[in-house]
Amino acid sequence: MLSIHNLHVSIGETEILKGLSLDVPAGEVHAVMGPNGAGKSTLSYTLAGRPGYEVTTGTATLDGEDLLSLAPDARAARGVFLSFQYPLEIPGVPAITFLRTAVNAQRKARGEPEMGAPEFLKTVRAAAVELKMDFDMLRRGLNVGFSGGEKKRMEILQMAMLAPRLLILDETDSGLDIDALRIVAEGVNAMRSPQRSMLVITHYQRLLDYIVPDRVHVLAGGRIVASGDADLARLLEREGYDRIVAEAA
Amino acid sequence: MNAPVKLDLRDVSTFPTRRDEAWRYSDFRRAAPAHIEVAGPVASPEPGGLFAAVHGDELAFANGRTADGQGRAELALEGGVQRLRFVTDANGGGWQAQVEVRVAEGARATLLETYEGQGAAYVASAHLSFVLEPGAILERIVLFVEPADAVSVSAADVVLGARASFSQTVVATGAKLQRHETNVIHPGQGAELRMDSVYLLGGARHADLTTAVVHAGADGKTSQLTKGLATESGRAVFQGRIVVERGADQTDARMRHDALLLSDRAEIDAKPELQINADDVSCAHGNTVGALDAMALFYIQSRGVPEAEAKALLTQAFVGEVLERIEHEGARAIVQAFVAERLEGLM
Repeated sequence: MLSIHNLHVSIGETEILKGLSLDVPAGEVHAVMGPNGAGKSTLSYTLAGRPGYEVTTGTATLDGEDLLSLAPDARAARGVFLSFQYPLEIPGVPAITFLRTAVNAQRKARGEPEMGAPEFLKTVRAAAVELKMDFDMLRRGLNVGFSGGEKKRMEILQMAMLAPRLLILDETDSGLDIDALRIVAEGVNAMRSPQRSMLVITHYQRLLDYIVPDRVHVLAGGRIVASGDADLARLLEREGYDRIVAEAA
Repeated sequence: MNAPVKLDLRDVSTFPTRRDEAWRYSDFRRAAPAHIEVAGPVASPEPGGLFAAVHGDELAFANGRTADGQGRAELALEGGVQRLRFVTDANGGGWQAQVEVRVAEGARATLLETYEGQGAAYVASAHLSFVLEPGAILERIVLFVEPADAVSVSAADVVLGARASFSQTVVATGAKLQRHETNVIHPGQGAELRMDSVYLLGGARHADLTTAVVHAGADGKTSQLTKGLATESGRAVFQGRIVVERGADQTDARMRHDALLLSDRAEIDAKPELQINADDVSCAHGNTVGALDAMALFYIQSRGVPEAEAKALLTQAFVGEVLERIEHEGARAIVQAFVAERLEGLM
């Protein structure tokens, strides 16, 4: 599914990722953990195609297809979805309009017929109920006046509607209380499937109690310095990053 | 205050230049030829136009002439919807027309005014005068669709009666020089004024939105909101002046202009002015010029929306705040669709 090889990424003059390699096979959930400044968000933004993140060397492919040469919207149409750490507020664009525009833009890019209004509304309503979201909220400007938890639920709702193949969750637990965390994690777990891969990027192990990963990678200094199973996350939580990063160095 | 220029296309000495304070950013004499032939007569258009879906009466000028060949007309409005169309079909040449609009005491009317140009390089000049009798309510919506090399000026004088309400929304899409000017004598006395505009400019199109309001008496309200964008070599001019005369106490006047400058070659000139000569008034103005939020653009694109469509969505949302203030629902929907289509073409 996702294959990253020797990825080097710079922002301006500063190199942030320095030879990162990572494979996430179809159907697996991989966590990327690391101390602040390790390059976690750079990895997620680079995969989604944020302007200003310059790939100097390396490759990233999804099912063998190069992602890095594609515009952000073309990556999305091929199944990449980044759940933002800080979802943007878009005043004047109702969430429901935004969702429908995104769903149909992706369908159009893939040469599929547009989703009609009745089917779309039915699907959105069902997804909103699952996430315990008030449907009226979707008539407001996207994320405008939403609480931190509501914004994260909105991200998961978008994810459910867009049904991506590769989910990248960037610090999805930040700003969530326990109840919101549980609802969001349930939403993510409901999407686990043999055809779908997930990259869960997090500083803390807490989220991984709810979204249990198949593999855990430690990102430090712009590279993966250690990999293991879910127990590695618990070891990191107990002992901190310093020892593992030092041992890997 | 300078005496307003009485533009007469037959007399080049009346053509304003940048030396005229009110025309500092729009050089009419440079844009228009010194000698303007009268545009030839053309058949009156089929009733309809941009606001065809809103039923109502229609007065149409074709190259400055009504169906019975007149260059001026009077409209006495007692209610309902009135379409007013200035249709041009000319290559070179020009026309001028005059309309006097009177809204009866206590009446509530809607005026849907369109400048629909075909052809090239013409000069158009419309002058409107509005009299709102006490308690009259008028909503005026103005749409411009003109060729890129046309020169077009529409100027209006508005006199409000006590407790009257005049609401205006202008959507300018520019031309070689396109100017919409509104001068209002506000008596206070509970009268209310809303003057909004939107401009959407690409290519080398120029639009000038100029307003002047004089609050002559106490207890008057004015609210102005203009939003627009200029891309490519588009050029926008916003001039808004509010004068509160001595004794016009309890005046409540607000003016905002927010713009998006979307290219290095585009230009936006804004001149908001408040002159306050009364005490106990509540007046404010604000003016911003910015760019699209790059992070918001990336966020929308990351959901699969192509860049041009994402920009159209953001710019539509930006100007949407102005269009939401249109009261007539049917007209509002038409203007919203018109703006959305125009933005998709520009992004």
